[in-house]
Amino acid sequence: MQIYGLGIVAACYFAGNFIGRILGQLIGIGGNVGGVGLAMLALVIVGAKMQKKGGFSEKTEKGILFLSSIYIPVVVAMAAKQNVVAAIDGGAVAFLAGGVATIGAMALVPLLSKIGSKSESLEKVKGE
Amino acid sequence: MIGKVLNSIIGRDSFVLAFGFVALLILAAYTIAKLIKQQKMGSAFAIILALVAAFVAGKITGGTKGMADFPVFAGFLILGGSALRDYTIVSTAYGVKMENLKKAGLAGTIALFVGVFFSFIVGTLIARILGFTDPKEITTIGAGAVTFIVGPVTGDALGVSSEVIALSVAAGVVKSVLTMIITPLIAKKIKLDNPTTAMVYGGMIGTTSGVAGGLAATDIKLVPYGAMTATFYTGLGTLLCPSIGYLIVNLIF
Repeated sequence: MQIYGLGIVAACYFAGNFIGRILGQLIGIGGNVGGVGLAMLALVIVGAKMQKKGGFSEKTEKGILFLSSIYIPVVVAMAAKQNVVAAIDGGAVAFLAGGVATIGAMALVPLLSKIGSKSESLEKVKGE
Repeated sequence: MIGKVLNSIIGRDSFVLAFGFVALLILAAYTIAKLIKQQKMGSAFAIILALVAAFVAGKITGGTKGMADFPVFAGFLILGGSALRDYTIVSTAYGVKMENLKKAGLAGTIALFVGVFFSFIVGTLIARILGFTDPKEITTIGAGAVTFIVGPVTGDALGVSSEVIALSVAAGVVKSVLTMIITPLIAKKIKLDNPTTAMVYGGMIGTTSGVAGGLAATDIKLVPYGAMTATFYTGLGTLLCPSIGYLIVNLIF
């Protein structure tokens, strides 16, 4: 049933956030450290384990895919409730600090992407 | 009578209404995208439209929650809240291959540290250039350039004024909004089309809402990879900024 898919994601969500919060307590900063990432990891592992046993039933899978399909609408709703006025009225300090940090970080992405994929980029060089 | 009935629906069922409004917004965005023959930009337009609406709403209501400050749109708080955002983000990890994560693990982890320090340093430098001299205030604004959560957490820890904390939040919001808008535009230039780059991107930018929106507007297949690293970013920032970050700022300025 589709609800099983929703339930599996919910279970991963709780497991990940539980560990994330424990992690936050342990390093003494409180909050949730990587809970969502850990939850995703849990889902990847559960998915892989199930794959070996022939995978989830089609309906269970549909439940998971339903959640993925409302991801963009959720993000649009999230955008609609942002405090955009504060971002624009924050003045030069806020605009420059946030803006330069963002654009600079994006510019560094290609550089860092080369780490760990050396063989791949070498092949590319050979190919060219 | 009709007014009363409408009011009671709006009050009780704003969450359900939010689905309807978002559907309309997305319909409008995809119609625009089709008209200018940019079908792939549909999600990006939807996010930009939503941000513009949030701006106009904020100007009219004077509130801090964008469209959600209008009672009719209050459902956006739940539909676009962090619980549903994270729940749906987790679901996108279904079908992700472990080997892709392993391949990008090292680069993603390094990107996290570089990303937090880079944003922090840029933020502190700009604060200093624009006339801030108190190391605690400089640190708080630098932390705001990391994310809009790290800023106030750091500011609280160091005990700066609420005006400076507000500035740090604004810096973080600028980062988040800007990320949503420019990611689809520069995706090609920074080769953001594969799992490894997406993980590095999530680690470098880190603002969860920005990365979530930016990648959704670029290619939904990249979302799980970017989100995976981005989710560790705020935690790392709250760990490093008020401690090592403040020590460094205190030494230099």
